[in-house]
Amino acid sequence: MSQADEARVDALVDELISEHPPQGTDNVEFWGAQYDKGLAWVWHPEGFGGLGLARKYQRRINSAIENAGGTTENRYLNLLGIAMGAGVLDAHATDEQKTRWLRPMFTTEEIWCQLFSEPGAGSDVAGLSSRAVRDGDEWVVNGQKVWTTLAHISKWGMVVTRTDAEAPKHHGLTYFIVDMEAEGVDVRPLYQITGEAEFNEVFFNDVRIPDANRIDAVGAGWRVALTTLMNERVAIGGNTVPRSSGQIGQALEVWKSSNSNDAVLRDQLLHLWAETEAARLTANRANEMASAGIPGPEGSTGKLAWANLNKEIAAFTVDMMGLEGTTYPDGYELTRPESFERHGPQKSFLRTRANSIEGGTSEIMLNILGERVLGLPGEPRVDKDLPWSEVPRG
Amino acid sequence: MAEAPTVSYAPTEELDLIRSTARQYLDDQFDSETVREFMMSDDGFDRSAWKELAGMGWLGLLVGEAHGGAGLSPTEMGVLMEEMGRSVMPGPFFASAVLATCLINEVAEDGEAADLLESLASGEIIGTVAAYETPRGWNLDDVATAATGDARVSGKKRYVLDAHMADLILVLADTGGGVGLYAVSPGDRGVTVEQVPALDPTRRIGKVRLDNVSARRIGSGDSTDAIERAIALGSALLANEQVGGCAAAMEMSVDYAKTRYQFGRPIGSYQSIKHRCANMLLKLEHAKSAAYHAVRVTDDEIEFSIAAPLAASVASEAYTWVAGENIQVHGGIGFTWEHDAHLYLKRAKASSLTLGSPQFQRHLLGEALEI
Repeated sequence: MSQADEARVDALVDELISEHPPQGTDNVEFWGAQYDKGLAWVWHPEGFGGLGLARKYQRRINSAIENAGGTTENRYLNLLGIAMGAGVLDAHATDEQKTRWLRPMFTTEEIWCQLFSEPGAGSDVAGLSSRAVRDGDEWVVNGQKVWTTLAHISKWGMVVTRTDAEAPKHHGLTYFIVDMEAEGVDVRPLYQITGEAEFNEVFFNDVRIPDANRIDAVGAGWRVALTTLMNERVAIGGNTVPRSSGQIGQALEVWKSSNSNDAVLRDQLLHLWAETEAARLTANRANEMASAGIPGPEGSTGKLAWANLNKEIAAFTVDMMGLEGTTYPDGYELTRPESFERHGPQKSFLRTRANSIEGGTSEIMLNILGERVLGLPGEPRVDKDLPWSEVPRG
Repeated sequence: MAEAPTVSYAPTEELDLIRSTARQYLDDQFDSETVREFMMSDDGFDRSAWKELAGMGWLGLLVGEAHGGAGLSPTEMGVLMEEMGRSVMPGPFFASAVLATCLINEVAEDGEAADLLESLASGEIIGTVAAYETPRGWNLDDVATAATGDARVSGKKRYVLDAHMADLILVLADTGGGVGLYAVSPGDRGVTVEQVPALDPTRRIGKVRLDNVSARRIGSGDSTDAIERAIALGSALLANEQVGGCAAAMEMSVDYAKTRYQFGRPIGSYQSIKHRCANMLLKLEHAKSAAYHAVRVTDDEIEFSIAAPLAASVASEAYTWVAGENIQVHGGIGFTWEHDAHLYLKRAKASSLTLGSPQFQRHLLGEALEI
């Protein structure tokens, strides 16, 4: 750790806070100033919200801002943009594209969403069928996307499309940034088992995307998509969280308020606490070990572990509640929340079922661990060298 | 609840050196064939091998430099234990160089028992601890062996690690005002030692009967807290040994899954096997994190009271599960005596009970967390 870098970061944070005192400054203005000083994504190059420093300094910056009464909640308000989109732009976009998109992404003036999954392409997302056809300086897109978080309030969407149906599936894809307000984009709420619609279905009917919004080369879409997915899995699994917080924190609250001394429940609770703490320590250890800040397949253990644990803990928490667990305080009102919020135990029990599906199913995570970390052989792939148009679908 | 401290887990040059030296020595000197010879022998180990370990400086790793040891910390010993776990290292190392040494370190007062520490470090004697009397008697409140004011000790200890080879038996006894630590020798009048067949024949157990034995008290007053701390250190170090065994068992499965073909494909290409191996990795990584954390926070009393039972329960369950699944991945060959898979399963199961079952460790964890 370089002391000079640390001093530089500290001086810039002090400057930011004294020039824009968090209490008297509008959040958007503050985040804009933070971006301009290179304190948004500190590992990005200068001029693009960073200082070209190691990723680890970001934690230092964020806690200094929070200690000064500022907020870093833009990361949650624009989660898909700031945690995933920025990484994609940093790795694959032109300077012009970065200049256009990064700043308003960080200030939350423009919300982002991700359009990968389709009704016919879930785990096998590379098999997707939304088509983009070139027309001069534009591309014309048709197709349907699904499980799109925040699409209804988004300005920009990261979309993967098929531009060559005769190439094998991984080679015929191209990645674009689509204007969600463009003509032909139709966003509909997708209600899930909790009674909420956090997600949307998005239909593209002859939507025109300028070629200037293409990310990386024609046919390079899968590579860009992989960067997005790696960043997503790190964002989900690689978080360092305080001890006894999150799902296990809710279980502890329920245990304490129940005044129970049931030995069986206590052992189950402690078992889940121990597994959660071991997962938390593993995330800390992985963060420390991760060199240069390039997200790798190791991020997959965290995602897998949290999915398992969240489901188990939420189900156990409802057990501890006894008959109260049969109530559903919010009712099934079919609402459409606009931010990520904390749920009660019963809703958590339902919501956590998605944890082992969203952002890569646990089965896919296990494949990644088995093949990329342990070096086990892959499944025979019947579609690998076939043109996409000849791959059986259904 | 106290906030968790920030701890660095990155290996240092010194730790890497301990690891590579240990790995090389153990691969050379304690290959499967050698381990099996000891496993089938009467004593399970021998004095000449013990002298060699002394020569490596391993027996005095936790003994202070003033007493002829290396004066290293649990972090360094954790690395050595992990490597020994990989080899299912036989013999009384854990009983003597870890448990007995930690007990004297924690309980002895100003230079007391320096002669014992010196003899343990030099390999002149082998030590062990006679702690428990009943199958689930891990709680020190259950110690029934009694000591009189003039240090005469009577009781029946069971499940004493490597008792048949020990020259020094550290007995936990009820003083009437808490638990005290008493040193006895197997040759002392009134001491009888009997080896009992062990589930894990690479780590032996025995019965120690004490009839009004004239013992040497170490420490004074109520030593319960110091003894509990020494046992917690033992649990944390045993967890590191379990991590090593767990890693070796997982690697066996992964190697086999790559080279065993059925239906024209390596079995590791089938998800049922691949996912099993991936879940082994997940459990191993969690156990590693908990075990590494525990040996690094031994100076933080509150954190260590959480970290030691955490490591013990997580590593015990991870190792037992992985060692069992390793047999399943291997199929029929994994169930044979000839294959090494059973060595790991036996060590895993026995070590998960040695200083407290996972359930007992979670009980301790609950007390530390006030749950």
